[in-house]
Amino acid sequence: MQEMLAAFLGEQTVAFFRAFMEQKFYNLLIQGMLWTLGLTAIATLIGILIGIVVAIIQICQFPKRPGVLGFILKWVEKILKFIAKLYVDVIRGTPVVVQIIFMWSVMFGQSSIPRIVVGGIAFGVNSGAYMSEIIRAGIMGIDKGQMEAGRSLGLKYIDTMRYIIMPQAFRQMLPTIVSEFVVLIKETAIVSFIGGLDLMKAGNIIISRTMNASLPLIIVALCYLLMTGIFTKIMRSVEKKLNSSR
Amino acid sequence: MIKINNLHKSFGNLEVLKGITDYVNKGEVVVIIGPSGSGKSTYLRCINYMEEPTSGQILVGDVDITDQNMDINLIRRKVGMVFQHFNLFPHMTVLENITLAPMKLKGLSKKEAEQVAYNLLDKVGLREKANEYPNRLSGGQKQRIAIARSLAMNPEVMLFDEPTSALDPEMVKEVLEVIKELVNEGMTMMIVTHEMGFAKEVGTRLLFMDEGKILEQGNPKEVFENPKEERTKLFLSKVL
Repeated sequence: MQEMLAAFLGEQTVAFFRAFMEQKFYNLLIQGMLWTLGLTAIATLIGILIGIVVAIIQICQFPKRPGVLGFILKWVEKILKFIAKLYVDVIRGTPVVVQIIFMWSVMFGQSSIPRIVVGGIAFGVNSGAYMSEIIRAGIMGIDKGQMEAGRSLGLKYIDTMRYIIMPQAFRQMLPTIVSEFVVLIKETAIVSFIGGLDLMKAGNIIISRTMNASLPLIIVALCYLLMTGIFTKIMRSVEKKLNSSR
Repeated sequence: MIKINNLHKSFGNLEVLKGITDYVNKGEVVVIIGPSGSGKSTYLRCINYMEEPTSGQILVGDVDITDQNMDINLIRRKVGMVFQHFNLFPHMTVLENITLAPMKLKGLSKKEAEQVAYNLLDKVGLREKANEYPNRLSGGQKQRIAIARSLAMNPEVMLFDEPTSALDPEMVKEVLEVIKELVNEGMTMMIVTHEMGFAKEVGTRLLFMDEGKILEQGNPKEVFENPKEERTKLFLSKVL
Protein backbone atom coordinates (compact mmCIF):
# COMPACT_ATOMS: atom_id res chain seq x y z
CA MET A 1 0.00 0.00 0.00
CA GLN A 2 2.69 2.44 1.04
CA GLU A 3 4.78 1.50 -1.91
CA MET A 4 1.91 2.13 -4.23
CA LEU A 5 1.33 5.57 -2.72
CA ALA A 6 5.04 6.31 -2.95
CA ALA A 7 5.08 5.32 -6.58
CA PHE A 8 2.04 7.48 -7.26
CA LEU A 9 2.97 10.63 -5.25
CA GLY A 10 6.71 10.34 -5.09
CA GLU A 11 9.00 9.48 -2.18
CA GLN A 12 9.38 13.04 -0.96
CA THR A 13 5.69 13.72 -0.78
CA VAL A 14 4.99 10.66 1.28
CA ALA A 15 7.90 11.48 3.59
CA PHE A 16 6.56 14.99 4.00
CA PHE A 17 3.07 13.92 4.99
CA ARG A 18 4.47 11.31 7.37
CA ALA A 19 6.50 14.02 9.10
CA PHE A 20 3.47 16.31 8.97
CA MET A 21 1.38 13.85 10.98
CA GLU A 22 4.13 12.56 13.25
CA GLN A 23 5.42 15.95 14.27
CA LYS A 24 1.90 17.42 14.48
CA PHE A 25 2.58 20.28 12.11
CA TYR A 26 -1.18 20.78 11.79
CA ASN A 27 -1.11 22.24 15.28
CA LEU A 28 1.33 24.85 14.03
CA LEU A 29 -0.98 25.67 11.16
CA ILE A 30 -4.04 25.99 13.41
CA GLN A 31 -2.15 28.23 15.83
CA GLY A 32 -0.93 30.28 12.89
CA MET A 33 -4.44 30.67 11.54
CA LEU A 34 -5.75 31.77 14.95
CA TRP A 35 -2.88 34.26 15.20
CA THR A 36 -3.68 35.60 11.74
CA LEU A 37 -7.38 35.90 12.55
CA GLY A 38 -6.72 37.59 15.90
CA LEU A 39 -4.35 40.03 14.29
CA THR A 40 -6.82 40.78 11.52
CA ALA A 41 -9.65 41.28 14.01
CA ILE A 42 -7.63 43.75 16.10
CA ALA A 43 -6.50 45.55 12.95
CA THR A 44 -10.02 45.76 11.54
CA LEU A 45 -11.46 47.15 14.76
CA ILE A 46 -8.75 49.79 15.04
CA GLY A 47 -9.03 50.49 11.32
CA ILE A 48 -12.79 51.08 11.44
CA LEU A 49 -12.50 53.34 14.51
CA ILE A 50 -9.72 55.43 12.96
CA GLY A 51 -11.54 55.37 9.64
CA ILE A 52 -14.76 56.78 11.11
CA VAL A 53 -12.96 59.53 13.00
CA VAL A 54 -10.75 60.53 10.07
CA ALA A 55 -13.64 60.42 7.60
CA ILE A 56 -15.79 62.64 9.83
CA ILE A 57 -12.92 65.10 10.36
CA GLN A 58 -12.54 65.33 6.61
CA ILE A 59 -16.24 65.79 5.93
CA CYS A 60 -17.60 67.87 8.78
CA GLN A 61 -17.83 71.61 9.08
CA PHE A 62 -17.22 73.12 12.47
CA PRO A 63 -19.92 75.46 13.78
CA LYS A 64 -19.25 79.16 13.37
CA ARG A 65 -18.94 81.13 16.58
CA PRO A 66 -18.09 84.75 17.20
CA GLY A 67 -14.96 86.10 18.86
CA VAL A 68 -12.01 84.19 20.25
CA LEU A 69 -13.88 80.87 20.41
CA GLY A 70 -14.66 81.10 16.70
CA PHE A 71 -11.02 81.86 15.96
CA ILE A 72 -9.88 78.85 17.96
CA LEU A 73 -12.50 76.58 16.36
CA LYS A 74 -11.45 77.67 12.90
CA TRP A 75 -7.82 76.81 13.60
CA VAL A 76 -8.61 73.53 15.34
CA GLU A 77 -10.62 72.56 12.27
CA LYS A 78 -7.79 73.51 9.92
CA ILE A 79 -5.18 71.64 11.92
CA LEU A 80 -7.33 68.51 12.33
CA LYS A 81 -8.12 68.45 8.62
CA PHE A 82 -4.44 68.87 7.81
CA ILE A 83 -3.44 66.02 10.13
CA ALA A 84 -6.15 63.75 8.69
CA LYS A 85 -5.02 64.40 5.15
CA LEU A 86 -1.35 63.99 6.03
CA TYR A 87 -2.12 60.68 7.78
CA VAL A 88 -4.01 59.29 4.79
CA ASP A 89 -1.35 60.43 2.32
CA VAL A 90 1.62 59.13 4.33
CA ILE A 91 0.06 55.75 5.09
CA ARG A 92 -1.14 55.18 1.57
CA GLY A 93 2.13 56.40 0.11
CA THR A 94 4.50 54.12 2.04
CA PRO A 95 4.82 50.30 2.13
CA VAL A 96 3.07 48.55 5.00
CA VAL A 97 6.26 46.54 5.64
CA VAL A 98 8.10 49.74 6.44
CA GLN A 99 5.27 50.90 8.71
CA ILE A 100 5.13 47.69 10.70
CA ILE A 101 8.90 47.43 11.23
CA PHE A 102 9.00 51.12 12.14
CA MET A 103 6.28 50.62 14.71
CA TRP A 104 7.85 47.51 16.20
CA SER A 105 11.45 48.65 16.41
CA VAL A 106 11.15 52.42 16.72
CA MET A 107 7.85 53.28 18.37
CA PHE A 108 7.39 50.23 20.59
CA GLY A 109 11.05 49.24 20.68
CA GLN A 110 11.41 49.51 24.44
CA SER A 111 7.98 48.31 25.51
CA SER A 112 6.83 44.85 26.50
CA ILE A 113 3.60 44.97 24.50
CA PRO A 114 3.02 41.61 22.78
CA ARG A 115 3.79 41.34 19.10
CA ILE A 116 0.22 40.53 18.15
CA VAL A 117 -0.96 43.82 19.67
CA VAL A 118 1.79 45.88 18.03
CA GLY A 119 1.09 44.11 14.76
CA GLY A 120 -2.64 44.76 15.22
CA ILE A 121 -2.01 48.43 15.87
CA ALA A 122 0.34 48.72 12.88
CA PHE A 123 -2.10 47.06 10.51
CA GLY A 124 -5.00 48.94 12.11
CA VAL A 125 -3.29 52.28 11.56
CA ASN A 126 -2.56 51.23 8.00
CA SER A 127 -6.05 49.97 7.35
CA GLY A 128 -7.57 53.10 8.92
CA ALA A 129 -6.30 55.21 6.04
CA TYR A 130 -8.05 53.02 3.50
CA MET A 131 -11.14 52.63 5.70
CA SER A 132 -11.44 56.40 6.03
CA GLU A 133 -11.63 56.71 2.27
CA ILE A 134 -14.22 53.92 2.08
CA ILE A 135 -16.29 55.50 4.87
CA ARG A 136 -15.93 58.98 3.42
CA ALA A 137 -17.20 57.78 0.06
CA GLY A 138 -20.04 55.92 1.81
CA ILE A 139 -21.15 58.98 3.75
CA MET A 140 -20.85 61.27 0.73
CA GLY A 141 -22.99 58.81 -1.21
CA ILE A 142 -25.99 59.39 1.06
CA ASP A 143 -28.46 61.91 -0.34
CA LYS A 144 -27.90 65.27 1.36
CA GLY A 145 -31.63 65.52 1.92
CA GLN A 146 -31.17 62.95 4.71
CA MET A 147 -28.88 65.27 6.65
CA GLU A 148 -31.25 68.16 6.02
CA ALA A 149 -34.26 66.20 7.21
CA GLY A 150 -32.47 65.19 10.41
CA ARG A 151 -31.20 68.68 11.11
CA SER A 152 -34.57 70.26 10.32
CA LEU A 153 -36.11 68.21 13.12
CA GLY A 154 -33.61 69.77 15.52
CA LEU A 155 -31.15 66.87 15.76
CA LYS A 156 -27.51 67.83 16.21
CA TYR A 157 -25.02 67.15 13.44
CA ILE A 158 -23.42 64.32 15.37
CA ASP A 159 -26.78 62.69 16.21
CA THR A 160 -27.93 62.94 12.61
CA MET A 161 -24.70 61.24 11.61
CA ARG A 162 -25.16 58.52 14.18
CA TYR A 163 -28.83 57.68 13.75
CA ILE A 164 -29.51 58.59 10.14
CA ILE A 165 -26.42 58.86 7.95
CA MET A 166 -24.10 56.18 9.34
CA PRO A 167 -26.57 53.27 9.41
CA GLN A 168 -27.38 53.89 5.75
CA ALA A 169 -23.78 54.53 4.75
CA PHE A 170 -22.71 51.38 6.57
CA ARG A 171 -24.99 49.21 4.47
CA GLN A 172 -23.51 50.64 1.33
CA MET A 173 -19.96 50.33 2.64
CA LEU A 174 -20.29 46.78 3.92
CA PRO A 175 -19.09 44.98 0.78
CA THR A 176 -16.06 47.25 0.50
CA ILE A 177 -15.26 46.91 4.20
CA VAL A 178 -15.42 43.14 3.88
CA SER A 179 -13.05 43.15 0.94
CA GLU A 180 -10.73 45.34 3.01
CA PHE A 181 -10.97 42.70 5.77
CA VAL A 182 -10.12 39.95 3.29
CA VAL A 183 -7.17 41.99 2.03
CA LEU A 184 -6.03 42.32 5.66
CA ILE A 185 -6.17 38.56 6.26
CA LYS A 186 -3.70 38.12 3.45
CA GLU A 187 -1.60 41.21 4.11
CA THR A 188 -0.90 40.24 7.70
CA ALA A 189 1.37 37.52 6.28
CA ILE A 190 4.22 40.02 6.54
CA VAL A 191 3.85 40.21 10.32
CA SER A 192 6.65 37.62 10.46
CA PHE A 193 8.98 40.54 9.74
CA ILE A 194 8.55 41.45 13.41
CA GLY A 195 8.53 37.85 14.57
CA GLY A 196 4.80 37.29 14.57
CA LEU A 197 3.67 33.66 14.84
CA ASP A 198 1.05 33.84 12.13
CA LEU A 199 0.09 31.35 9.46
CA MET A 200 2.91 32.37 7.14
CA LYS A 201 5.45 31.91 9.93
CA ALA A 202 4.00 28.44 10.63
CA GLY A 203 4.57 27.63 6.96
CA ASN A 204 8.15 28.79 7.16
CA ILE A 205 8.79 26.66 10.23
CA ILE A 206 7.44 23.59 8.46
CA ILE A 207 9.58 24.35 5.41
CA SER A 208 12.74 24.54 7.48
CA ARG A 209 11.97 21.35 9.39
CA THR A 210 11.02 19.22 6.38
CA MET A 211 13.34 20.81 3.81
CA ASN A 212 10.35 20.80 1.50
CA ALA A 213 9.24 24.20 0.13
CA SER A 214 6.47 23.48 -2.30
CA LEU A 215 4.03 21.44 -0.21
CA PRO A 216 4.00 23.64 2.91
CA LEU A 217 3.48 26.73 0.74
CA ILE A 218 0.59 25.07 -1.06
CA ILE A 219 -0.95 24.07 2.26
CA VAL A 220 -0.50 27.59 3.66
CA ALA A 221 -2.07 29.05 0.52
CA LEU A 222 -5.03 26.69 0.92
CA CYS A 223 -5.42 27.76 4.56
CA TYR A 224 -5.54 31.43 3.50
CA LEU A 225 -8.00 30.54 0.77
CA LEU A 226 -10.16 28.72 3.31
CA MET A 227 -10.27 31.73 5.65
CA THR A 228 -10.96 34.32 2.97
CA GLY A 229 -13.47 32.01 1.34
CA ILE A 230 -15.44 31.51 4.54
CA PHE A 231 -15.56 35.24 5.26
CA THR A 232 -16.56 36.15 1.75
CA LYS A 233 -19.34 33.60 1.94
CA ILE A 234 -20.62 34.72 5.36
CA MET A 235 -20.63 38.35 4.33
CA ARG A 236 -22.42 37.64 1.07
CA SER A 237 -25.28 36.04 2.96
CA VAL A 238 -25.35 38.93 5.48
CA GLU A 239 -25.50 41.34 2.56
CA LYS A 240 -28.35 39.42 1.03
CA LYS A 241 -30.24 39.55 4.31
CA LEU A 242 -29.68 43.30 4.64
CA ASN A 243 -30.90 43.91 1.13
CA SER A 244 -33.99 41.78 1.48
CA SER A 245 -35.04 43.48 4.72
CA ARG A 246 -35.89 46.65 2.88
CA MET B 1 -44.03 85.31 15.00
CA ILE B 2 -41.33 85.50 12.31
CA LYS B 3 -39.65 88.73 11.36
CA ILE B 4 -37.32 88.97 8.39
CA ASN B 5 -35.22 92.06 8.04
CA ASN B 6 -33.29 92.91 4.85
CA LEU B 7 -32.30 89.30 4.20
CA HIS B 8 -29.55 88.72 1.65
CA LYS B 9 -28.16 85.40 0.49
CA SER B 10 -25.44 84.74 -2.05
CA PHE B 11 -24.00 81.49 -3.34
CA GLY B 12 -20.50 82.50 -4.38
CA ASN B 13 -20.98 85.38 -6.80
CA LEU B 14 -24.62 84.61 -7.39
CA GLU B 15 -26.93 86.77 -5.32
CA VAL B 16 -30.11 84.76 -4.81
CA LEU B 17 -31.90 86.92 -2.24
CA LYS B 18 -31.56 90.65 -2.65
CA GLY B 19 -33.02 92.12 0.46
CA ILE B 20 -36.24 90.60 1.80
CA THR B 21 -38.17 92.23 4.59
CA ASP B 22 -41.30 90.54 5.78
CA TYR B 23 -43.35 89.69 8.83
CA VAL B 24 -45.34 86.51 9.42
CA ASN B 25 -48.10 86.66 12.01
CA LYS B 26 -49.27 83.77 14.12
CA GLY B 27 -51.89 81.75 12.25
CA GLU B 28 -50.98 83.21 8.90
CA VAL B 29 -50.68 80.97 5.84
CA VAL B 30 -48.16 82.58 3.54
CA VAL B 31 -47.96 81.09 0.07
CA ILE B 32 -44.94 81.92 -2.02
CA ILE B 33 -45.05 81.67 -5.80
CA GLY B 34 -42.75 82.80 -8.57
CA PRO B 35 -40.64 81.55 -11.47
CA SER B 36 -37.91 79.02 -10.82
CA GLY B 37 -34.68 80.62 -9.73
CA SER B 38 -36.54 83.48 -8.08
CA GLY B 39 -35.25 82.52 -4.63
CA LYS B 40 -38.47 81.10 -3.13
CA SER B 41 -36.92 77.95 -1.75
CA THR B 42 -33.79 79.71 -0.58
CA TYR B 43 -35.93 82.22 1.30
CA LEU B 44 -37.83 79.43 3.01
CA ARG B 45 -34.64 77.52 3.83
CA CYS B 46 -33.09 80.59 5.45
CA ILE B 47 -35.90 80.70 7.98
CA ASN B 48 -34.77 77.51 9.73
CA TYR B 49 -31.14 78.18 8.88
CA MET B 50 -30.86 75.34 6.37
CA GLU B 51 -29.13 78.08 4.41
CA GLU B 52 -26.99 80.57 6.26
CA PRO B 53 -28.03 84.14 5.40
CA THR B 54 -25.24 86.29 3.98
CA SER B 55 -26.61 89.34 5.76
CA GLY B 56 -29.80 90.52 7.39
CA GLN B 57 -31.74 89.40 10.39
CA ILE B 58 -34.36 86.71 11.04
CA LEU B 59 -36.31 86.62 14.28
CA VAL B 60 -38.26 83.49 15.15
CA GLY B 61 -40.42 84.31 18.13
CA ASP B 62 -38.07 86.69 19.89
CA VAL B 63 -34.85 84.82 19.04
CA ASP B 64 -32.50 86.20 16.43
CA ILE B 65 -31.35 83.09 14.57
CA THR B 66 -28.58 84.98 12.80
CA ASP B 67 -26.96 85.63 16.18
CA GLN B 68 -23.92 83.37 16.21
CA ASN B 69 -24.35 82.53 19.89
CA MET B 70 -27.76 81.01 19.47
CA ASP B 71 -28.42 77.27 19.36
CA ILE B 72 -30.19 76.66 16.07
CA ASN B 73 -31.23 73.15 17.11
CA LEU B 74 -33.62 74.60 19.68
CA ILE B 75 -35.25 76.82 17.07
CA ARG B 76 -35.57 74.00 14.55
CA ARG B 77 -37.65 71.99 17.02
CA LYS B 78 -40.24 74.75 16.78
CA VAL B 79 -40.03 75.15 13.01
CA GLY B 80 -41.05 72.07 11.06
CA MET B 81 -39.98 71.57 7.48
CA VAL B 82 -41.39 69.42 4.71
CA PHE B 83 -39.24 68.84 1.64
CA GLN B 84 -39.98 68.37 -2.03
CA HIS B 85 -38.37 64.92 -2.01
CA PHE B 86 -39.85 63.82 1.35
CA ASN B 87 -36.46 62.73 2.72
CA LEU B 88 -37.89 59.94 4.84
CA PHE B 89 -35.23 57.79 6.50
CA PRO B 90 -35.22 54.63 4.35
CA HIS B 91 -33.62 52.38 6.98
CA MET B 92 -36.39 53.02 9.52
CA THR B 93 -40.04 52.03 9.57
CA VAL B 94 -42.70 54.70 9.32
CA LEU B 95 -43.15 54.54 13.09
CA GLU B 96 -39.42 54.89 13.72
CA ASN B 97 -39.24 57.81 11.31
CA ILE B 98 -41.83 59.67 13.35
CA THR B 99 -40.66 58.73 16.85
CA LEU B 100 -36.91 59.33 16.39
CA ALA B 101 -36.85 63.08 17.04
CA PRO B 102 -39.38 63.16 19.91
CA MET B 103 -37.49 60.37 21.69
CA LYS B 104 -34.03 61.86 21.19
CA LEU B 105 -34.92 65.50 21.70
CA LYS B 106 -37.96 65.66 23.94
CA GLY B 107 -37.01 62.67 26.03
CA LEU B 108 -40.28 60.87 25.43
CA SER B 109 -40.32 57.16 26.19
CA LYS B 110 -40.83 54.79 23.28
CA LYS B 111 -44.42 54.22 24.36
CA GLU B 112 -45.24 57.93 24.65
CA ALA B 113 -43.61 58.69 21.31
CA GLU B 114 -45.52 55.90 19.62
CA GLN B 115 -48.75 57.20 21.10
CA VAL B 116 -48.00 60.59 19.53
CA ALA B 117 -47.02 58.89 16.26
CA TYR B 118 -50.24 56.85 16.04
CA ASN B 119 -52.34 59.95 16.63
CA LEU B 120 -50.51 61.70 13.79
CA LEU B 121 -50.81 58.64 11.56
CA ASP B 122 -54.56 58.73 12.13
CA LYS B 123 -54.53 62.36 11.16
CA VAL B 124 -52.79 61.67 7.84
CA GLY B 125 -54.81 58.47 7.38
CA LEU B 126 -51.91 56.02 7.36
CA ARG B 127 -52.13 54.14 10.65
CA GLU B 128 -51.96 50.80 8.86
CA LYS B 129 -48.56 51.72 7.38
CA ALA B 130 -46.88 52.16 10.78
CA ASN B 131 -44.56 49.19 10.40
CA GLU B 132 -43.79 49.52 6.70
CA TYR B 133 -40.53 50.79 5.32
CA PRO B 134 -40.68 53.96 3.20
CA ASN B 135 -39.81 52.19 -0.04
CA ARG B 136 -43.14 50.36 0.18
CA LEU B 137 -45.10 53.61 0.11
CA SER B 138 -46.33 55.73 -2.78
CA GLY B 139 -45.07 59.29 -3.18
CA GLY B 140 -48.22 60.75 -1.70
CA GLN B 141 -48.03 58.44 1.29
CA LYS B 142 -44.36 59.30 1.81
CA GLN B 143 -45.12 62.99 1.87
CA ARG B 144 -47.97 62.50 4.35
CA ILE B 145 -45.59 60.56 6.60
CA ALA B 146 -43.01 63.33 6.22
CA ILE B 147 -45.62 65.83 7.39
CA ALA B 148 -46.50 63.60 10.36
CA ARG B 149 -42.81 63.26 11.23
CA SER B 150 -42.43 67.00 11.27
CA LEU B 151 -45.59 67.50 13.34
CA ALA B 152 -44.36 65.03 15.95
CA MET B 153 -42.08 67.73 17.34
CA ASN B 154 -45.18 69.86 17.84
CA PRO B 155 -43.82 72.84 15.89
CA GLU B 156 -45.21 76.36 16.02
CA VAL B 157 -44.50 77.01 12.37
CA MET B 158 -44.42 74.71 9.37
CA LEU B 159 -42.38 75.37 6.26
CA PHE B 160 -43.37 73.54 3.07
CA ASP B 161 -40.84 73.53 0.25
CA GLU B 162 -42.78 72.56 -2.89
CA PRO B 163 -44.46 69.65 -1.12
CA THR B 164 -46.27 68.34 -4.19
CA SER B 165 -43.74 69.04 -6.96
CA ALA B 166 -42.24 65.55 -6.95
CA LEU B 167 -45.61 63.76 -6.89
CA ASP B 168 -47.57 62.07 -9.62
CA PRO B 169 -50.64 64.18 -10.42
CA GLU B 170 -53.12 61.77 -8.86
CA MET B 171 -51.33 61.97 -5.50
CA VAL B 172 -51.23 65.73 -5.19
CA LYS B 173 -54.71 65.95 -3.75
CA GLU B 174 -54.18 63.65 -0.75
CA VAL B 175 -51.18 65.72 0.34
CA LEU B 176 -52.95 69.03 -0.13
CA GLU B 177 -55.88 67.70 1.93
CA VAL B 178 -53.54 67.07 4.85
CA ILE B 179 -52.08 70.56 4.56
CA LYS B 180 -55.58 72.04 4.41
CA GLU B 181 -56.43 70.29 7.64
CA LEU B 182 -53.46 72.00 9.26
CA VAL B 183 -54.68 75.32 7.93
CA ASN B 184 -58.05 74.70 9.55
CA GLU B 185 -56.33 74.03 12.86
CA GLY B 186 -54.70 77.43 12.69
CA MET B 187 -51.10 76.34 12.13
CA THR B 188 -48.76 79.11 11.04
CA MET B 189 -47.32 78.13 7.68
CA MET B 190 -45.15 79.23 4.82
CA ILE B 191 -45.66 77.28 1.63
CA VAL B 192 -43.64 77.46 -1.56
CA THR B 193 -45.84 75.96 -4.24
CA HIS B 194 -46.68 75.73 -7.92
CA GLU B 195 -50.27 74.72 -7.18
CA MET B 196 -52.02 77.99 -7.99
CA GLY B 197 -55.52 76.80 -7.16
CA PHE B 198 -54.33 75.58 -3.79
CA ALA B 199 -52.43 78.82 -3.14
CA LYS B 200 -55.58 80.78 -3.84
CA GLU B 201 -57.70 78.57 -1.64
CA VAL B 202 -55.62 78.28 1.53
CA GLY B 203 -53.33 81.30 1.50
CA THR B 204 -54.09 84.20 3.78
CA ARG B 205 -51.34 86.11 2.04
CA LEU B 206 -49.56 85.55 -1.23
CA LEU B 207 -45.99 86.56 -2.04
CA PHE B 208 -44.85 86.77 -5.63
CA MET B 209 -41.08 86.55 -5.81
CA ASP B 210 -38.86 87.35 -8.73
CA GLU B 211 -35.09 87.73 -8.94
CA GLY B 212 -34.53 87.50 -5.21
CA LYS B 213 -37.14 90.01 -4.16
CA ILE B 214 -40.76 90.06 -3.07
CA LEU B 215 -42.21 91.82 -6.07
CA GLU B 216 -45.83 91.85 -5.05
CA GLN B 217 -47.91 90.63 -2.16
CA GLY B 218 -51.43 90.70 -0.85
CA ASN B 219 -54.61 88.70 -0.55
CA PRO B 220 -54.22 85.73 -2.91
CA LYS B 221 -57.54 86.24 -4.67
CA GLU B 222 -56.78 89.89 -5.32
CA VAL B 223 -53.30 89.21 -6.59
CA PHE B 224 -54.54 86.47 -8.89
CA GLU B 225 -57.38 88.55 -10.24
CA ASN B 226 -55.70 91.95 -10.28
CA PRO B 227 -51.92 91.67 -10.38
CA LYS B 228 -50.33 95.10 -10.28
CA GLU B 229 -46.85 94.35 -11.53
CA GLU B 230 -46.18 93.52 -15.19
CA ARG B 231 -43.92 90.64 -14.15
CA THR B 232 -46.67 89.12 -12.02
CA LYS B 233 -49.16 89.42 -14.86
CA LEU B 234 -46.77 87.72 -17.25
CA PHE B 235 -46.08 84.88 -14.79
CA LEU B 236 -49.73 84.32 -13.97
CA SER B 237 -50.75 84.39 -17.64
CA LYS B 238 -48.32 81.52 -18.20
CA VAL B 239 -49.31 79.32 -15.28
CA LEU B 240 -53.05 79.83 -14.99
